[in-house]
Amino acid sequence: MGYNPDKPMDGRISDLGPPHYEQFFPPVIKANKGKWLWHEITQPGVLMHKSETGDEVYSIRCGTARLVSIEYIREVCDIADEFCDGYLRFTTRNNVEFMVDSKEKVQPLLDNLASRGNKFPVGGTGAGVTNIVHTQGWVHCHTPATDASGVVKAVMDELFDYFTSMTLPAQVRIALACCLNMCGAVHASDIAILGVHRKPPMIDHTRITGVCELPLAIASCPLGAVKPAKATVDGKEIKTVQVNVDRCMFCGNCYTMCPAMPLADPEGDGIAILVGGKVSNRISHPKFSKLVIPFLPNTTPRWPETVAAVKKILEAYAADANKYERLGDWAERIGWEKFFEKCDIPFTDKSIDDYRLAYDTWRTTTQFKYTSHIK
Amino acid sequence: MAKHETPLLDQLETGPWPSFVTDLKRQAATKPECWDILGILELSYKDRITHWKHGGIVGVFGYGGGIVGRYADMPKQFPGVEHFHTIRVAQPSSKYYSTANLRQLMDLWEKHGSGMTNFHGSTGDIILLGTRTENLEPFFWDLTHDMGQDLGGSGSNLRTPANCIGHSRCEWSCYDTEEACYHLTQHYQDEIHRPAFPYKFKFKFSGCPNDCVAAIARSDVSVIGTWRDEIRIDQAAVKEYVAGNYPPNGGSHSGKDWGKFDIQKEVIDLCPTDCMWMEGGELKIDDTECTRCMHCINVMPRALRPGADQGASICVGAKAPILDGAQFSTLIVPFMKVEKENEFEELIEFIESIWDWWMEVGKNRERVGETMQRVGLPTFLKVMGIEPIPQHVKEPRSNPYVFWKEEEVEGGFERDVEEFRRKHAA
Repeated sequence: MGYNPDKPMDGRISDLGPPHYEQFFPPVIKANKGKWLWHEITQPGVLMHKSETGDEVYSIRCGTARLVSIEYIREVCDIADEFCDGYLRFTTRNNVEFMVDSKEKVQPLLDNLASRGNKFPVGGTGAGVTNIVHTQGWVHCHTPATDASGVVKAVMDELFDYFTSMTLPAQVRIALACCLNMCGAVHASDIAILGVHRKPPMIDHTRITGVCELPLAIASCPLGAVKPAKATVDGKEIKTVQVNVDRCMFCGNCYTMCPAMPLADPEGDGIAILVGGKVSNRISHPKFSKLVIPFLPNTTPRWPETVAAVKKILEAYAADANKYERLGDWAERIGWEKFFEKCDIPFTDKSIDDYRLAYDTWRTTTQFKYTSHIK
Repeated sequence: MAKHETPLLDQLETGPWPSFVTDLKRQAATKPECWDILGILELSYKDRITHWKHGGIVGVFGYGGGIVGRYADMPKQFPGVEHFHTIRVAQPSSKYYSTANLRQLMDLWEKHGSGMTNFHGSTGDIILLGTRTENLEPFFWDLTHDMGQDLGGSGSNLRTPANCIGHSRCEWSCYDTEEACYHLTQHYQDEIHRPAFPYKFKFKFSGCPNDCVAAIARSDVSVIGTWRDEIRIDQAAVKEYVAGNYPPNGGSHSGKDWGKFDIQKEVIDLCPTDCMWMEGGELKIDDTECTRCMHCINVMPRALRPGADQGASICVGAKAPILDGAQFSTLIVPFMKVEKENEFEELIEFIESIWDWWMEVGKNRERVGETMQRVGLPTFLKVMGIEPIPQHVKEPRSNPYVFWKEEEVEGGFERDVEEFRRKHAA
């Protein structure tokens, strides 16, 4: 028996939740849970954890595209069946990890992974660049201002050597969100790629009646730019909204609430770059990322301007920061004026906060450094 | 479904990083609808706008969420993605899998869906990307009956909780993040599947302040492991680090020559509270001054371990910018025991106190972090029955705009201006 559409509630099972995690533990993990003593990265992409029982587990981390096919997942399973007793896991940054219980088993697995072309690049550990946490983009979402998968591929191709090595002052987390809903980690990443609009929404008066709860659209605006209004459609007066264009900063939240307010635009839309965020509490507190490049165009399919900007920031940081210093720690130590100079990024009024608590971000001191910005 | 020309996307097949385009093309051999995914994406690359219609409300009976509906805006040209709904499937804690489980899920998705997935969504779910409305119930039937698995969350409800790898493969985890995540996910199945909240609500569980699941940035209730006794020091291992026999930071900087390990420069001088020093060849820590940032432990994992009296700090209110700006979670409970033995009773009580209040006073589409801002942290603490302590703030307020309750002020607020005038003529 299967699903019967005539009796939809018959035989229905619900509220099961996820399967219990322990049934998916490799034996060495199950035996040593809570007993781990220390770990070491034996080479880029390979971690070793030592247990108080003397057991060891070697984890081999590989980059993935996150957007993957069932054929890809089956290939992952083939590898895990051959080398890892049929177990594997994924990380919080969408890398895949294969685990083996002895050092001898590492190299044969690495050789097998290498034999599969560029499908399973080994890396993403230590002080390098790991996978880019990203979103749906034009593959599945209705509110994006840029694509996700394509930009990520273009950036990771350029930064690939940083994925497979550990040469940076600290790990660099790159994240991408295709609109400022910021699904994922863009607001707290070392380098963040953010899809932005630059044109106010259009209002589809012919459709707004019936598809849109107007008070929701009005309440959705962070700046109070959406107001109730009336319009004439087919000779009839209807209730609609109007947008005060001077107040609109193109966040798109009204479109999220109201299908009759689309704002996507090929020339208006593009990418902003934010830097200096982190979530860990190591040495300094967690930090939000800050906007340093207000706009780069959506140059499909490889976004060369975005790729170049990310690389330039990464290399300036790599050349200048101290050991263990995250990108935000470095920028704060040298001062943001030096950050802009060292990264060769033009400073614009768009980086000056003018929203609500903006004053706290202005420079209420005479302490500053003379840079090329002071003429 | 015809093969489409994809000259722009084809350019994403070169380069060393795994190509989603190559993968989609491989899948298209058995799942021709993948050609329409490529076709509509190619059109977006040409037009530089999305080609998905606004919204989409689909689901399965009994649940108010779990599936994100989506329809193409050019269904005639791309019939394979006319309906392209996403199914969120609840993932196991720490995202460990057996190949048997994954193969079974992939077989189901081959039968009912497009053949494309996300491993994983940012919140943690397994994302099955693209199917038609009429496939949703049959898929759900097979998922629950054949695999004993369930959907994840979407909408104004408790979303799918997630955790860091925890005790299963990390020496720093201060509580069992996997069990906490699993237990609370099961405990709150109703709140996950049937939206009953003013807006979305997320839990995340990190085992230590390194916060590998980014709980402090990405969850309304962030449970972050910590300890309240002394960092455990193995002085013999400290000597090995000083002698250069153990690589600092587990070898994470081995790709560049940073010089010989210097414990003074790399550990003692970088401690944020300056509470460490060397004495007679031994490393000393004034633990009463330590804020447990993890730096020294991260640098010397073979010599230093978190204390043995372990629990978690509970922070509340993180969210992305919409509407009133991005927020990190703010510290509410400095230390709480988070234990399977009492079925996470204290944490559950804490969560339900928040919900009882927020479900009542939270405005439509107001995250709990915004409700806290609106009413103020003092009011939130009062609602929660929590005594204010200095740890609740980074610094005391600098403005003098202080609210006093009438009962806190001698004589109350009712006054007679005539009486005032007897001492102070106008």
